[in-house]
Amino acid sequence: MSRAVIGLDNVSFRYNDLPVLAGVSLEVEQGEFLGVVGPNGGGKSTLLKLILGLLKPLSGSIRVLGQTPEQACARLGYVPQFINFDRHFPITVRETVLQGRLGKTRPLLGFGEKDRNLAATAMQETEILDLAGRPIASLSGGQIQRVLIARALACEPEILLLDEPTANIDPKVEEDVFELLRRLNERITIVVVSHDIGFISNYISRVACLNRTLVCHTTSRLTGSLIEELYGSPVRMVHHETRLSPHPIKNGDDHGRLP
Amino acid sequence: MAGFLDALTTQTFLQNALWGSLLASIACGIIGPYVVVRKIGYLAGGIAHAVLGGMGAAYFLGKSPIGGALVAALGAALLIGWVSSREHRQEDILIGALWAVGMASGILFISRTPGYNVDLMSYLFGNILMIPAHNLKLIALLDAGIAIIVILFFKQFLAVSFDQEFARLRGIRVQLFHQLLLALVAVTVVILIQVVGLVLVIALLTIPAAIAGHYTGTLGRMMLLAILLGALITTGGLALSYQPDLPAGATIVMLAGAAYLVSCLVKACRR
Repeated sequence: MSRAVIGLDNVSFRYNDLPVLAGVSLEVEQGEFLGVVGPNGGGKSTLLKLILGLLKPLSGSIRVLGQTPEQACARLGYVPQFINFDRHFPITVRETVLQGRLGKTRPLLGFGEKDRNLAATAMQETEILDLAGRPIASLSGGQIQRVLIARALACEPEILLLDEPTANIDPKVEEDVFELLRRLNERITIVVVSHDIGFISNYISRVACLNRTLVCHTTSRLTGSLIEELYGSPVRMVHHETRLSPHPIKNGDDHGRLP
Repeated sequence: MAGFLDALTTQTFLQNALWGSLLASIACGIIGPYVVVRKIGYLAGGIAHAVLGGMGAAYFLGKSPIGGALVAALGAALLIGWVSSREHRQEDILIGALWAVGMASGILFISRTPGYNVDLMSYLFGNILMIPAHNLKLIALLDAGIAIIVILFFKQFLAVSFDQEFARLRGIRVQLFHQLLLALVAVTVVILIQVVGLVLVIALLTIPAAIAGHYTGTLGRMMLLAILLGALITTGGLALSYQPDLPAGATIVMLAGAAYLVSCLVKACRR
């Protein structure tokens, strides 16, 4: 048995009067590639922010790598939705990736040799080394996404948390990004949040469906009735035959894609 | 222009004015880019106007106006930073209130000060030709302080300006560095007031950095170019104003505005 690296026990959270999560329990095991899916506003991003310690649960407890989220934060890599910052900010790809070294580098003056090497490795892994000197304003959506993943990798994370990593990029690039994540999953536990349940299920080893409550989390199979339950309305089903995942989904060929 | 150069070799006041302009360009070039990328021009304007309250009070009490200006600017910066960390929606209103109340209190202090009335115009629109030598030393000292702090904490300032949430996750004390940055903006405002006065400060704080932003892709290079542009604009304005005896501060700001316009046109044509 592999050990649980993230454990949520009966966690609830609300923004002012708006309940977002209610009684959510979840365990993520080491080496897993967990997909968290669900409708917009279902609490997916909130779940990530609770794990990161950016938000505190109203009730329930969260343990990450055997520590509190605040203590474990430095050991996590986080890829936010890229609307978090100004795309025209005067900063190069290299400078952005180096920010992942903050907290692990010397506090004063610039970054050191080791930081530069780790940033270069992260850029190589995400295939953006040739873009290192470019300002981020000149990059495409897919390239930006790789920069953000590289920045998270520069933290040397034990767990990688990604929030809608493919929300603003076209399907071809989306496939590349998930292929990259699949490779990274060989050594890092990954939790990825997505509203696009169709695409994600080719890659992940397990899926958690979140719409205020965690509807299911042990299933490896997304059935039509389950998706209906999650989204509250019937959705169109698309049949896929392809198998790309190193952790194949054992039973069931079908999964849903939102119309 | 020849007259300006001639006078520069003989007239101490003009040499002081030139040194003042060059020294002010350093602070303006380092801090201006932060004001531009963080879009806190309104905040800097509020700090600049609140300074009149401090200058007026210092004048009323017979102390040095630049000392009063520093205290008022830092006070305003800390207050704005503190309130915006708690109640972000109130920041705009607070800046507006500080802006006007600072000016009003300054004018009241000045009106109640006995003796010859101070030249209010020189506070508002600057009087670089009258800059005293000891103010030059103070500006040089403040420049050095700003440069050292920014060089030491460049990483943190960049992270906090670029993506606050990520900076927080990496263990950066976001609020502390935000406050420190506002304090540096306040000090820079006081320096620039010596050159162009408090009403026109905002032009020097934003325009050289904004032009530099047209031609550079990193914050560091933006700073270097903004320092150079600030120096060109302030000395250029000083030289242009000398022969026809125009107010130097206003001439500098007009030159800055013209340079910005040209740069925007050049940028638009290149597209």
